[in-house]
Amino acid sequence: MAEDKIRESLLKESKASKREKHGKILSYSAIILIVVVVVSIFLFVATRGIATFTVNKGSIIDFFTKSQWNPGATDKGGHPLIGALPMIVGSFAVTVLSAIVATPFAIAAAIYMVEISPRRGYKILQPVIELLVGIPSVVYGFVGLSVVVPFIRNHFGGTGFGILAGTLVLFVMILPTATSMSVDALRAVPRYYREASLALGATRWQTIYKVVLRAAVPGIMTAVIFGMSRAFGEALAVQMVIGNATLLPQNLVSPASTLTSILTMGMGNSVMGSVSNNALWSLALLLLLMSLLFNILVHRISKKGALH
Amino acid sequence: MNAKRADKIATAVLYVMSGIIVLILALLLFYILFNGVPHISWHFLTAPAESFQKGGGIGVQLFNSFYLLFLSMLISTPISIWAGIYLSEYAKPNRLTNIVRTSIEVLSSLPSVVVGLFGFLVFAVQAGFGFSILSGALALTVFNLPLLTRNVEDSLRSVAFTQREAGLSLGLSRWETVIHVVLPEALPGIITGMILSAGRVFGEAAALIYTAGQSAPALDFTNWNPFYIASPLNPMRPAETLAVHIWKINSEGIIPDATAVSAGASAVLIIAVLLFNILARLIGNKVYKRSTGL
Repeated sequence: MAEDKIRESLLKESKASKREKHGKILSYSAIILIVVVVVSIFLFVATRGIATFTVNKGSIIDFFTKSQWNPGATDKGGHPLIGALPMIVGSFAVTVLSAIVATPFAIAAAIYMVEISPRRGYKILQPVIELLVGIPSVVYGFVGLSVVVPFIRNHFGGTGFGILAGTLVLFVMILPTATSMSVDALRAVPRYYREASLALGATRWQTIYKVVLRAAVPGIMTAVIFGMSRAFGEALAVQMVIGNATLLPQNLVSPASTLTSILTMGMGNSVMGSVSNNALWSLALLLLLMSLLFNILVHRISKKGALH
Repeated sequence: MNAKRADKIATAVLYVMSGIIVLILALLLFYILFNGVPHISWHFLTAPAESFQKGGGIGVQLFNSFYLLFLSMLISTPISIWAGIYLSEYAKPNRLTNIVRTSIEVLSSLPSVVVGLFGFLVFAVQAGFGFSILSGALALTVFNLPLLTRNVEDSLRSVAFTQREAGLSLGLSRWETVIHVVLPEALPGIITGMILSAGRVFGEAAALIYTAGQSAPALDFTNWNPFYIASPLNPMRPAETLAVHIWKINSEGIIPDATAVSAGASAVLIIAVLLFNILARLIGNKVYKRSTGL
């Protein structure tokens, strides 16, 4: 009898191994869920986005080259008017311009925090950057609408809405991302690089400019691309200040639009499955692919530029 | 130019540019708080919003924001902890792990408006939840999962390996070691990360306009039965949040005091985010002190 009990308890799965199994199942299902979500985001957006070209016979060349956006109507050949060029130009313009403005500031702040005054950098700049990240994008949009747009209207003419307003708002929004990643890039430069340079008699600035920055180039590029990816995908703050006119921007202060702004404006006003709706999903698909491209770029750069 | 002089000039430029960043934040905060705080009153915080007249409050929106935050954290916390445990404890360097890491990276860099549209398509339309708190909470979960998971993974990884060895040598299974030994040790870090992401979720709007909706029906704060249509706890009602409200009254609103209401609402949002930040910092500091013995 007693032998049987011992035998049974030895052959039976122990409590611990049962728990282990349950735990493993939980953690595996959680990660599978994440993968499924990502895959289904791509599948859903892609099927909807491609329908514009397959089901509704939109021309993919028109999409990238024409500037007439009126998906409800058709041209002479029966193809819907889906020229997305104004939005594409708008999105790229605000992204590139804001990155151009933000990069010097991000690098300067990063150098300050890592090379010049780490203590004050940690005490003052670090919390400043964290707060800038924390401010919600609608608040940026609201401040842009009530401060930046009137300022541009009064000093540069036009309505104030446009690429310039979008650039200024996005500049502040991507600054923290670009800065904190540049800080990481500078910190990753080994200390003996600086020591070697200083020992050769270089000044602090010469060390920074000729050694540290050169070594950190891949990391800083990653930081800028991350910032651009954030700028490209930002929706509401831009939508509030850019004017949302589907026209090719004539100058920096004429009303323009971005992919995200037309998406947020239009999705509520179109019926699921209609041409206008599918065309919007094409914009979303483009947005998705761009975000993927930014990701791939970051990967490439960090692989190539890893410090040995 | 003399190298020493170049050094001085460059240092001065760096000081000025860093100063400009601090100035930008200071002006931003000053503008929002200076314009917004005078509008904050008990009436403003509790009264329902007006659609055509002035004098409306943000009571319902404020409640919706907190309720949505609570629900989405309720869903995303366990999932992110399980996923984080996989990545830090079970993940072998194989294909599956690679796919998972790439997925998380891609998901974390997706524009929130795309996440919102996906939520609209899947939760609101296909699953039939409509514009509801449930759809919104699920969309926010998708938006929040990658960052939370990474935070859990990092916190778990920072626990010394000897802790795991101790647990295993006592005869605990790997899972039990994680749950009873490693997780409690990593908890402060996880909580800090969760509070920070709560601040992010609290201010998120793009993922919500087509999932939780842009309308805030009046609520009956005396009936807390979640199945009652006007109950504050009903997860199937449309729920405009504070952030969505600011966006809406600025882009298509017709209330005459839109600027005042959005200034007040922005101030409330900023104050909430500040509180989240301070809380996270306090906990972080405490942990730092405890773990370093300083």
